[in-house]
Amino acid sequence: MLTKRIIPCLDIKEGRVVKGVKFLGLRDAGDPVEVAKVYDRQQADELVFLDITASFENRKTLIDLVEDIAKNIFMPFTVGGGIRDISDIRDLLNAGADKVSINSAAVKYPELIKEASDKFGSQCIVVAIDAKLICCGVPSFRLSAPNSNLQAPSQDKWEVFINGGRTPTELEAVEWAKNAAELGAGEILLTSMDFDGTKDGYDLNLTRAVSDNVSIPVIASGGAGKLEHFYDALNKAGADACLAASLFHYGEFTVKQVKEYLKQKGVAVRL
Amino acid sequence: MTGIIDYGMGNIHSVQKALESLGDKTIVTNNPEELRKCEKIVLPGVGAFADAMKELEKQGLVLAVIDAIKNKKIFLGICLGMQLLFESSRESKGAKGLGVLKGEVKKFIPGKGLKVPHMGWNQLNKVISDKAPGVTECPLLKGLPENSYVYFCHSYYPDPKYKEIVSATTDYGIKFTSVVWQDNIFGMQFHPEKSQAVGLRILKNFVELC
Repeated sequence: MLTKRIIPCLDIKEGRVVKGVKFLGLRDAGDPVEVAKVYDRQQADELVFLDITASFENRKTLIDLVEDIAKNIFMPFTVGGGIRDISDIRDLLNAGADKVSINSAAVKYPELIKEASDKFGSQCIVVAIDAKLICCGVPSFRLSAPNSNLQAPSQDKWEVFINGGRTPTELEAVEWAKNAAELGAGEILLTSMDFDGTKDGYDLNLTRAVSDNVSIPVIASGGAGKLEHFYDALNKAGADACLAASLFHYGEFTVKQVKEYLKQKGVAVRL
Repeated sequence: MTGIIDYGMGNIHSVQKALESLGDKTIVTNNPEELRKCEKIVLPGVGAFADAMKELEKQGLVLAVIDAIKNKKIFLGICLGMQLLFESSRESKGAKGLGVLKGEVKKFIPGKGLKVPHMGWNQLNKVISDKAPGVTECPLLKGLPENSYVYFCHSYYPDPKYKEIVSATTDYGIKFTSVVWQDNIFGMQFHPEKSQAVGLRILKNFVELC
C-alpha cells in the first residue's frame, strides 16, 4: 500500500541551513548534509531544500550543495527556490536532485511547467503554491474559526502569492492548481500563508479543496504544531504528504514519532 | 566494472554514488566501446519514453544495449530504463522500445482517490520463482523481508507478456509488475538508489552478482 509521506523542509542560504536546527550531537547544524543524515535516520520519506537567497551568484553554491547531498543520502529530495527556466531545472536534476519545485516562474510563465514536464517527466516537476484566504475580496482575515466547516464543501477562496509571499497574483489557488496539473505538474506543494508559522494546524479547507480538484499528489505545508495536525491533513483533508520545518528542527517531535502516532491512528506510513 | 549508461535522461549520479558506496567500480559513459569492457550495465532514466529511445538511437546506444544483453552481461534497468526494455509504451504512440522483454508499458488511470503519478513509498510483494532448482526468488531481492518499502515515482508501469518474468508486484489501484527478471536481465520500476537501506540491499545483491 502506498504510504503517506512525512517531509522535513530545510531553508538554505548560501549553501547553509538557516532558521537554526537544534539537534543534539550535531557537529555542524548548519551543514545541510549533516542535517539530512539525521532526517534519514529518523526515516523521513523525502526532504525538501528551499534556497531562500536564490540570487544568480548563489546558483553555483546551490549546485555544489545538491551534488554533495546526492552523494551522501540515498533518499529522494526536492530542490526549490529561484528556478527561472529549463536550464535551471536541468542543472539541478543533473546535480542529483530528484525533483524541482517551481513557484513564481510557473505563475509568470505557465508554459514552463509543460515544457519541463515534457522534457524531464511530470514526476520531477513540483509546483509550489503559496495561498492566502480571501473572503469577499477582503484578503488575509480569517472570518470564521479555522477548519470549522469541513463537513460542507468550503466556500472559501484563496489567492496565490509569489516572490516569497510578497506579490499577489489575482490567481485563485484551486484554479491555479488544476491548471498546473493539466500543464503537467507531477505534484503540488501547497503552503497556507495564513497558517504558516502559527502551529494551529494545516489549513484543512485549502488542502481539501485542492486535493479534491487535482488528480496529482498534494503536499500540505504550513501550520504543523501537534501530532493531530498531521493526522487531520492526511486523513480529513486528503493530503498525500505533510511538510514541516521548525517542528522537526527544534526537536519537538522526530519524524519517527509523527509516523508512529499516525500508524497507531491507522494511517499507512513506512516505519 | 559497472557501466552506467549516460544518455542525457536525468539523474544518473545517485545510482553511481549508491553503487560506489557499496564498493563497486563504476563508469558513467555513452561510449559503446567503454560499455563493452564492463561486466555489468545499468540503464537508468527518468523522462519520456519516446525521447529516451530517440536519445539512445542518436547516440548509437541501441546496439550496445542489445549486444550487452546478448553477451549475457548482468543488466539492470531502473524506472524508465526498465520500461525501455519492453516492446512499446502507451506514453508515446508508435514509439518502439528495445523489445528485449515482451510486453508493453501502460499508464495508471487516475480516479477514485488514485493519484497519478504514483509517488512515494510502497511495498514489494515477492513472487516465488520456479526458474531453477533451489532458486526461489529473484537474486536481487535476496534477504529482503516480504512487503519491504521502496520509493516509486512514475505514471507508467510494465505489463509483461510472459508472467514468469515477474519477480515482484506492487499494489496501486491494480497489482502491477514492479520487478522483472529474465536470465541476465533485471528491471525495477522503483528507485533502489533512493530507497534507503532496502534499496542499498538490492544494489548490494546486484554488486555481488559478479
